[in-house]
Amino acid sequence: MKLTLHVWRQKNAASQGKMERYEVEANEHMSFLEMLDVLNEELIGKGQEPVAFDHDCREGICGSCGFVINGVAHGPMPGTTVCQLHMRHFKAGDELYLEPWRASAFPVVKDLVVDRGAFDRIIASGGYISASTGSAPDANAVPIPKKYADLSMDAAQCIGCGACVAACPNASASLFTSAKISHLGVLPQGEPERRERALRMVATATAEGFGNCTNIGECEAVCPKGIRLEFIARMNRDYIQASWLQRQESSAGGVG
Amino acid sequence: MELDAKIPSGPIEKKWDKAKFDYKLVNPANKRKYSVIVVGTGLAGGSAAATLGELGYNVKAFCFQDSPRRAHSIAAQGGINAAKNYQNDGDSVYRLFYDTVKGGDYRAREANVYRLAQLSVNIIDQCVAQGVPFAREYGGLLANRSFGGAQVSRTFYARGQTGQQLLLGCYQQLERQIDAGRVQMYPRTEMLDVIVIDGKARGIVVRDLISGAISSHLADAVILATGGYGNVFYLSTNAKGSNVTASWRAHKKGALFANPCFTQIHPTCIPVSGEYQSKLTLMSESLRNDGRIWVPVKKGDKRPASQIPEAERDYYLERRYPSFGNLVPRDVASRAAKAACDEGRGVGETGLGVYLDFADSIKRLGKKTIEERYGNLFEMYDRITGEDPYSVPMRIFPAIHYTMGGLWVDYNLQSTIPGLFVLGEANFSDHGANRLGASALMQGLADGYFVIPYTLGNYLASAKLDKVEATHQEVKRSEQCTNEQVKRLLGIKGKRTVDSFHRELGKLMWEYCGMARNAKGLKFAGAKIAELEQEFWQNVNVVGDGGELNQSLEKAGRVADFFELGKLMCHDALVREESCGGHFREEYQTPEGEALRRDDEFAYVSAWGYRGAGNQPELNKEPLSFEYVHLAQRSYK
Ligand SMILES: Cc1cc2nc3c(=O)[nH]c(=O)nc-3n(C[C@H](O)[C@H](O)[C@H](O)COP(=O)(O)OP(=O)(O)OC[C@H]3O[C@@H](n4cnc5c(N)ncnc54)[C@H](O)[C@@H]3O)c2cc1C
Ligand code: FES
Repeated sequence: MKLTLHVWRQKNAASQGKMERYEVEANEHMSFLEMLDVLNEELIGKGQEPVAFDHDCREGICGSCGFVINGVAHGPMPGTTVCQLHMRHFKAGDELYLEPWRASAFPVVKDLVVDRGAFDRIIASGGYISASTGSAPDANAVPIPKKYADLSMDAAQCIGCGACVAACPNASASLFTSAKISHLGVLPQGEPERRERALRMVATATAEGFGNCTNIGECEAVCPKGIRLEFIARMNRDYIQASWLQRQESSAGGVG
Repeated sequence: MELDAKIPSGPIEKKWDKAKFDYKLVNPANKRKYSVIVVGTGLAGGSAAATLGELGYNVKAFCFQDSPRRAHSIAAQGGINAAKNYQNDGDSVYRLFYDTVKGGDYRAREANVYRLAQLSVNIIDQCVAQGVPFAREYGGLLANRSFGGAQVSRTFYARGQTGQQLLLGCYQQLERQIDAGRVQMYPRTEMLDVIVIDGKARGIVVRDLISGAISSHLADAVILATGGYGNVFYLSTNAKGSNVTASWRAHKKGALFANPCFTQIHPTCIPVSGEYQSKLTLMSESLRNDGRIWVPVKKGDKRPASQIPEAERDYYLERRYPSFGNLVPRDVASRAAKAACDEGRGVGETGLGVYLDFADSIKRLGKKTIEERYGNLFEMYDRITGEDPYSVPMRIFPAIHYTMGGLWVDYNLQSTIPGLFVLGEANFSDHGANRLGASALMQGLADGYFVIPYTLGNYLASAKLDKVEATHQEVKRSEQCTNEQVKRLLGIKGKRTVDSFHRELGKLMWEYCGMARNAKGLKFAGAKIAELEQEFWQNVNVVGDGGELNQSLEKAGRVADFFELGKLMCHDALVREESCGGHFREEYQTPEGEALRRDDEFAYVSAWGYRGAGNQPELNKEPLSFEYVHLAQRSYK
């Protein structure tokens, strides 16, 4: 099948980008990225620079890939990253517009590649349980009801691709941040740092330039891993509780 | 070269304790005076960097992805082994050790494997403490499943995303250390050389993948945890970026490369569909717990699966291996699938596939249970093939998956370059000629969390390390060589793309150095690869320039190393005149077609030394002795 692509081309962070038009011959068994591989082989053959895009596992798990296809992050198939999107969902003659994630906290690096370092910094500011190697009790010492373990796993499935930010009119990182806060906060091991974690991670997300959540729900709609909006509610609850507790703690003066 | 594996003396159960007691320690206050480079942030490197940071060392960590969370370890699906014996089904450290040595077809080092089995239990504790949401029973205790090559249930899992959850656990610990200022993280940075000064590894040369800048980082020790080299076959289940460059450049600087031809072919992958195919997708081996593998009895039977009656199906694994059935180790399952297809009984359009059928399990356990166990895998299969495995059997075929070979290391995980340590899939040490399912994650984390913190301390406390300056001529020389290679690749401006070369190399490797090998084919492939390599250096077209993000340039450097590795793999496979584990030489098989090991001559590790471009590599042998697990023909009948 023949397709027309309009692809965002931008040489580097400092330069201006623009859409370029290409035609490519694909077949229905290819993945979307394989279709771009075909385009890139052709471009190189003509001595032109291939389209840069991030990818690694091509199995929908590493979170490297991702761009906007016709206005939708990761394209038309729900619950699917672009590397897992197959051409059988398109038809000959389709005209597709490919753009990078757009958010000021995700500056464009080149073409469809953006810098998602802000996500790492959100995690660094509390998205963990402080458990240094060697200090762990036996793994079965604390039973965790299956229901909670499953809920934690639902949240933990986030692949950190950034689609939620790209889809959100506020470029909010709430779905991402709340997924981590919920993954850890539901577990007994995560309880001691639960409130501090929410405070710090939310503060970092704001400082990185992500917007606030106004309950639009675009993030949930495009999330390839089905991370649910309810985690944001959970995050907000932890955050509010934490803000309140933090005040109490400091007014009590601590142990010093 | 005399290879000293530095295996501690004494009974096997006491070796690691003894080693830990004998190792020198670095005083807590002195740790911050040492700097350590960790290349790779998968399970092995991530866990090492985090733990060394916690201990107080100054750590610099590197990866080529945009975030340490994206290392290839993230893709592991099925699970991680540990000798917890929570199921009370007869497991023990000794049994895990025994299974691993036997599963590796007696080509692994006993002492390393025993330590791995011992540490397996600590890993699970550690991961649970970090918040890894392993699967649980209703009572809240941890669940287990069984995996190929084992008769006990010792595999811990987090749905079909075990690698993801383990990696996120270790990535979070790493980020915690980054926040604490003890680890400096360099993502999108590729290591291109090791700097060796006075015979010791003292740093690395890297290219910043965004700016293209080439620079050096110096340290007191260098740890490589850069993963496996399965992508030499072009098509594999590895992530697209996985490569051999870090290991290979270290090899060229003096680190021996061990058992390069020991590669693992995974029996359950989605079959190839066309020329444009960019990678292969694994369907977790855990599927073999509930799926039954079969092909039609008749050759060329093209009826859809549903129309082939029970009596005309050949459940060949259950038939040939009644006690292990569908759970035989990977090498055995892969070869049996190839045999069925070679006989003309393969299924699907290409005839290169066998069925993996869940109908019986769905009947027995209900669709809901199967969905709970494998839901995401079934979905992935459906997404890729457009077929629903709840109603039609999956089609699967073997694919390159894992490399047991890697840089040679001693018991302390140190390579033949002092101060250069190698962890995880990048080393060769624990899996012999075949790795058991769910053991790679275990090894990566054992190496990073629990082995390197001790052995590195011992090295730093005993080595005399002079200060090195960035102006040292070795540093300059390494940087210059790296710059020259980049310039050379960009300057060729030929007619063929990097991928076209890589694909052709991959086909040669798969055809002649894949599931079955013979002397004639290996010699042919060796010569062909050399020709192709020559053409590459004259005719490759790398567009763009070096001072920017240039993905073709990254690939070109990696493919250049794959050519050299490919030749070594063929040579290693040729010299090893026996069959063992994943290495199947057609000339050496039993009358039933099983692998025929030749222990008298080949119970050794081949550790190859680099002797310059165009020269034959040098073979060094580390003899293997089996004091505990007695050498025997593996049998899964
Ligand atoms: C699809 C799939 C499923 C699997 N499932 C299982 C399973 O269920 N159980 C199991 O035990 N094993 C499984 N394995 C095997 C296992 O996942 C790997 O062997 C293991 O994760 C390797 O970990 P690692 O830390 O050694 O390397 P990797 O995770 O591959 O990490 C390599 C790191 O090195 C970095 N790197 C590489 N080269 C350079 C360079 N030159 N410069 C800078 N950085 C570099 C990368 O950026 C990355 O951070 C599976 C493998 C695959 C392919
Ligand atoms: S490439 Fe890994 S999620 Fe798409």
